[in-house]
Amino acid sequence: MQSEQIQAHSQKKILNCKDIIVKFGEFTALNKFSFHIDRKEIHFLIGPNGAGKTTFLDVLCGLTKITKGKAVFDNDYDLNGKPEFEIARMGIGRKFQAPTIFPYLTVQENLEIAMKQNKKVFSILKAKMTKKEKEKLDKQMETIGLTKQKTLIAGNLSHGQKQWLEIGMVMMQEPELLLLDEPIAGMTEEEEEKTGKLLQELKKQCTIIVVEHDMDFVSKYAERVTVMHEGALLSEGSMEEVQNNDKVKEVYLGSKGAV
Amino acid sequence: MAISILNKLRTKKGLFYLLALLLALLPLMMSNFYINLLGQFLAFAILVIGLDLLWGYTGVLSLGHGIFFGFGAYVMAIYVTIESSNGAVPDFMLWSGMSELPWMWVMLSNPFAAIALAIIAPMILAFILGFFTFRNRIKGVYFTILTQALVLVTVTLIVSQQKFTGGTDGLTNLSTIFGFSLSDPRTQTVIYFITLALLVGIFLFCYRLVNSRFGKVLVAIRDGENRLRFSGYNTSYYKILVFTISAGIAGLAGMMYVLQIGIISPSMIDIIPSIEMALWVALGGRATLLGPVLGAILVNTGTTYFSENYPDLWNYFIGLVFIIVIVFLPGGLMSLGEKISKKWRNFNAKRTNTGTFPEKNS
Repeated sequence: MQSEQIQAHSQKKILNCKDIIVKFGEFTALNKFSFHIDRKEIHFLIGPNGAGKTTFLDVLCGLTKITKGKAVFDNDYDLNGKPEFEIARMGIGRKFQAPTIFPYLTVQENLEIAMKQNKKVFSILKAKMTKKEKEKLDKQMETIGLTKQKTLIAGNLSHGQKQWLEIGMVMMQEPELLLLDEPIAGMTEEEEEKTGKLLQELKKQCTIIVVEHDMDFVSKYAERVTVMHEGALLSEGSMEEVQNNDKVKEVYLGSKGAV
Repeated sequence: MAISILNKLRTKKGLFYLLALLLALLPLMMSNFYINLLGQFLAFAILVIGLDLLWGYTGVLSLGHGIFFGFGAYVMAIYVTIESSNGAVPDFMLWSGMSELPWMWVMLSNPFAAIALAIIAPMILAFILGFFTFRNRIKGVYFTILTQALVLVTVTLIVSQQKFTGGTDGLTNLSTIFGFSLSDPRTQTVIYFITLALLVGIFLFCYRLVNSRFGKVLVAIRDGENRLRFSGYNTSYYKILVFTISAGIAGLAGMMYVLQIGIISPSMIDIIPSIEMALWVALGGRATLLGPVLGAILVNTGTTYFSENYPDLWNYFIGLVFIIVIVFLPGGLMSLGEKISKKWRNFNAKRTNTGTFPEKNS
């Protein structure tokens, strides 16, 4: 009975962070920040510049070390001190703010090496493209709308296409938790629309945390929103709740005028 | 039919086969002296394929490949010295007061052990160096400086351990291998063709490697190592492996080289030759495999030609060529071919190669 309860609980929360402190020298980037997220949820992180949003994503994917506190993924995997490649293999995928793709590989090759597979040296040495893998790649290219660009060198894609390719690459890793840092930065309205649809598509497959500045975009697609300020949690809830929160208005939304 | 053959020849593999055919026919019309010389260049060509795998594809620049090359050369030279003197202690050892062969030498008196070690010893050295640098995420110019330090340390060691290595003079008494005289043109012609066969073998091996998924990962390491880590790759192990393979190829090249030049000394594997090797790669075109092969053969041929005809000026010629290529053809000689065939290529826009090193403004 009890074990069932625990199991039910563990299936619900995919990430539990408690009182995380990250310091760069004297500067405190995250100040006792706590955060948790349910499976298959899409959660937006907002806050003024320097609020610690990106630092938080960095902590989750192993780029930045935690000074103090605890971040537990999938109920029992402690993220602190783990190398990036291991965290990635555990199921956390990260998309960076600036599109980081491999410019001298084709679209398909980019996806091919990102694909979930045994990524140890000798497995890759022996790897041959199977039919199943080929289908997966074709399907992914279809999803991100780059089927026509299959054999194109990725460096020649437009900015928006690069962003989608990177999202596609992260998706090929079949992560359980997807971290997106400003996915629509620098996109045209049309591209934003497409990206929003893509996010809703992705939500069916995994849990997503998105850092975003564009309030229209956030209010359109957010289920839950967390507002950060100076490395700490300011408010959490639905977009409406957050918008009506006085503290939030004061430090963030207020400074930008009415939303 | 004719067109399909022509299309095949335009690929790098096709061009390489053409080059190999040419190299196989050249000895028919050259004097023994030049066959021997060209054979030495082919040994360099083997080395630069491995160096290109490391630098051109993986983005790791080693300026210490002279040492791996030297390991192969010295190991082979020790075997040949022992064979040539029927196991007698070489003169330079006697002068240093040694009355019998040291154990290292005794081990190398077996030809199989010598050939194996000429390849494996550089690999072990590279593995150790790679393990401690790549795993600690030392990369870029810091790694390159470390490889230079390796050259300095090794050369100093060879010079100082005169009684084992022959010191600055090196090993000079190389006269027979497996009972065949090394000064016999027939022996040299056979060695030439063995070198050519090894060149073809190594090229095809690396060609397959860079066109496999493993090769794509190497290019990804070059262009975005951090990104790749977040995709779940432990890139350090990939770099260690490539460095090790590359060192093994250099050892093989050194072995074939010493059999043809008939002498090995520290100055031939020192810092300057090590840097020159990287220059051949850059000149031919990084990340093309074929380019570095052409680079090694052409630069060495050019050096020979100029030094014979303009003994006072040849260094300036070579320097000038380097400057011209670096300024006007940053992608190396291979990008020249690509520039010319760009029109040609527009017919079938399909991409024929992967990971070719960037041109300046693409």
